[in-house]
Amino acid sequence: MSEERPPLVLRLVKGFAMFWWDFLVGDTPELFVAVVVAIGVVALVSVVGHLNLLAVFALPSLSIGALAFSLWRASNAARRK
Amino acid sequence: MLATTTSAGVVVLVSAVFLACAVEMVEALTIVLAVGHTRGWRSALQGAAVAIVALSALVAAFGPALVHVPISALRLVVGGVLLIFGMQWLRKAVLRSSGLKAKHDEDEIYRSKVAELQALDASVNLDRVAFVVAFKGVFLEGLEVVIIVLTLGTSAHRVGLAALAAAAACVLVGGAGVIVARQLSKVPENAMKMSVGVLLVTYGTFWTGEGLKIRWPGADVMLVFFVVLYALVTWLLVTVIRRRHPLVAQEVTS
Repeated sequence: MSEERPPLVLRLVKGFAMFWWDFLVGDTPELFVAVVVAIGVVALVSVVGHLNLLAVFALPSLSIGALAFSLWRASNAARRK
Repeated sequence: MLATTTSAGVVVLVSAVFLACAVEMVEALTIVLAVGHTRGWRSALQGAAVAIVALSALVAAFGPALVHVPISALRLVVGGVLLIFGMQWLRKAVLRSSGLKAKHDEDEIYRSKVAELQALDASVNLDRVAFVVAFKGVFLEGLEVVIIVLTLGTSAHRVGLAALAAAAACVLVGGAGVIVARQLSKVPENAMKMSVGVLLVTYGTFWTGEGLKIRWPGADVMLVFFVVLYALVTWLLVTVIRRRHPLVAQEVTS
């Protein structure tokens, strides 16, 4: 007896969710987490704290930090190999 | 001053869309050429054409809808997506440039796709296979371009200009591919990918900041500053990684 396939709507929703998961998280979850954290931190500084100058420096600094951390992880993984 | 800030934004927008589209077009063209040479041009071109129509429909459907989203929320979401996406491109390009990741080899991709298609059982419907492979190749590579065109275009209120830049890249790379009648393995794909990464992270930072009510000094001129900053950081990261892995770096440069 063949297994029943899930309904089309469910498959489309699953496919859509999988696409965005691969697109945004994929094999670099650290970048996704870092951007979410950076947005949270800068929101606190800019929207709540009204510290515009600090926010101007914080956002690019956190982005550069996230990229450097992700590359440092990849570099360490390559060294272990 | 206003003209300078506007043109800085336009130059960055057009460059980002054009380069991203050109890179994806090279990858899609490699697949279509492999299908065309092994399984005939009719199905390959049909598959590619249907994929282009489907991608255009996506832009037509979502482009006008996105315009109605409040600009502050749109820029925050778009900025976040571009930051993640741009850093992924940049990370890959830095790893390839420093030798820790194999470069995208269009010749190798072409050869393996041809071998895969030639190995297919003669009993399968070859026209259908050729159509599906060409369709998937163009659609999946094009989807990233659609996202870039929509996100960059709507946030800057310039979807038309973004679509035009994407179309120009498709025509230029497609035309070059037809003229040389082969996959474009000589295109400096990694350098282009790195430039796109820098531009996407630039826009990602700028719009995330705008969405979070940051008042950027110099307004749109800040885009130029971010391009220079991220390009310098990228160069620095490649240099540091090459120093950490001298043997791999030696292989890359020799």
